[in-house]
Amino acid sequence: MNRALRPVLLVAVLVALAIAALYMKRSDVYLLTLCSVYLMATFGLNLTVGYAGQMSLGQAAFFGIGAYIAALALKAGWPFLVVLPVAAVACFCVGLALGFPALRVQHHYLAFATLGFNVLVFLIMRNEEKITGGTFGISGIPRPTILGVSTNGHVAFFYFTLASLVVLALVLWWLLRSPWGRAFAALRDNPIRAESLGVNITAYTLLAFAIGAACAGIGGVYYASLVEFIEPGPFHFSTSLMMLLAVIVGGSGRFFGPVLGTIIIILLPEVLRSSNLEALKFMQKWYLVFFGVAVVALMVWLPGGILSIADRFRKPPGSRK
Amino acid sequence: MSRAGEPFLEVNDVRKAYGAIKAVDGVSFRVSPGEIVGVIGPNGSGKTTLFNSILGQIKPTSGHVALRGEDITGMSPLELSRRGVGRTFQTLQVFGKLSVRDNLIAAAQEFRGSIASRLFAPPDAGLGEEAERMIALFRLQHVAHLEAGTLSYGQQKLIDIAMAFMRKPQLVLLDEPCAGVNPSLVEELRELLVTLNREQGGSFVVIEHNMDFIMRLCPHVICMVEGKVLAEGPPAAVQSNRQVLEAYLGN
Repeated sequence: MNRALRPVLLVAVLVALAIAALYMKRSDVYLLTLCSVYLMATFGLNLTVGYAGQMSLGQAAFFGIGAYIAALALKAGWPFLVVLPVAAVACFCVGLALGFPALRVQHHYLAFATLGFNVLVFLIMRNEEKITGGTFGISGIPRPTILGVSTNGHVAFFYFTLASLVVLALVLWWLLRSPWGRAFAALRDNPIRAESLGVNITAYTLLAFAIGAACAGIGGVYYASLVEFIEPGPFHFSTSLMMLLAVIVGGSGRFFGPVLGTIIIILLPEVLRSSNLEALKFMQKWYLVFFGVAVVALMVWLPGGILSIADRFRKPPGSRK
Repeated sequence: MSRAGEPFLEVNDVRKAYGAIKAVDGVSFRVSPGEIVGVIGPNGSGKTTLFNSILGQIKPTSGHVALRGEDITGMSPLELSRRGVGRTFQTLQVFGKLSVRDNLIAAAQEFRGSIASRLFAPPDAGLGEEAERMIALFRLQHVAHLEAGTLSYGQQKLIDIAMAFMRKPQLVLLDEPCAGVNPSLVEELRELLVTLNREQGGSFVVIEHNMDFIMRLCPHVICMVEGKVLAEGPPAAVQSNRQVLEAYLGN
């Protein structure tokens, strides 16, 4: 695709989505909003995993921390635009703390360390009833009013979420184009070489974790506002696994990888479940089976994710004259 | 080049033992400013271990390394890189998913400003021109935009070396720059190193098995055998040293 056309196409897709939302069922708009919320978290995870090469199975924990901070603070009457940076900074700081094991361990050991963190956060959410409400959760979380405009309506909240997602994506895009993006890639591709070239491995590893965590925290704030009721369930480590899968299936280390991955993993099963078409009803029962087989096949033939298909059709560099 | 005066790098009685095996067994040598020193020796004679001990990849068991009089023994590779020390590795060490141009910029960007200021720096960190110059010098123009990991071994080797020189280091340790490089490229590489030494200054220490390359590049050569310095001096003298011939050339 022509590079200059990409922004035009992106804007067209966004505008089409915004217009389509006006004519969609309430439940479908809800799904699109949910997808946008998860995308905030998976965009961040893509930075940590895909760009900086640090394995993480704890993204749902940050998502949950953001959601619980939002639930408590919004119910206490804090304005949304104050809650948002507070949750992001809180998750950034916890991300820094979690980044420390990352300095000692790599790959699957790191995956287990972050998974342990997720389990810990989940247990706190479930057992610290005085703060989190335990398994009963927290209900009655208000939707925000932004600059005098209420986002109570489902379409209004979708617009607000989508606009916020676009801003977050632009910030990440800018960050990854800056020298930081290059340093993250150096850390991912060859940490020993990177260190000999002055790349501060410690600082960049921590940053990669913390920025990814902050994105999940931001996603969590929108999640709490969207569903208006939170309990520990959605922040179980299985959600982390799903987010990681979304990044890898779409194409980790590719900017739009998480978009495709999140659509496939969040949206597709819901669309199949709610469909009335006979052909799709068949798929409802078999969805997980197909999905499992498809992921195995993908990892064997396209380990770079779906977006790496394009590379398959490009000429290998050796063939150019 | 004279070997008198203040040494730039001074390695003093460095030892590295792995249990009973003495990989480096009391090596001392000095490198003057701007000098190119060659290190030769059979496989397993401790050359790379010596490099790694100097460069902070491993901690020497005993001994000292000084840079411009400052004790740098046991400093991390990061601290050493900040003191102007660069290196290349024996095996390929490029950033595979980055373009050649980005590899070169990555090799120097971390020495510009603070980590926070680099977030707001232009995407090429102000190093675009410098990268182009290095690409031209190493004749990598036709592959500059390609992912480094997709290139041939010889090309990656050149990138690896170019990366070490991007930030104009004052001391570069090159570990077998000619290994796996075809003969015509070896001569080109020698000329490149001479050019870089003349234009950028800086001292080089070069480990190499290619005798012809070492003899023509380095005015001063050290021969290591079994962790010890067996002979040291001008290339011709080392090459004709009886012990060196026996140990290294296997007569």
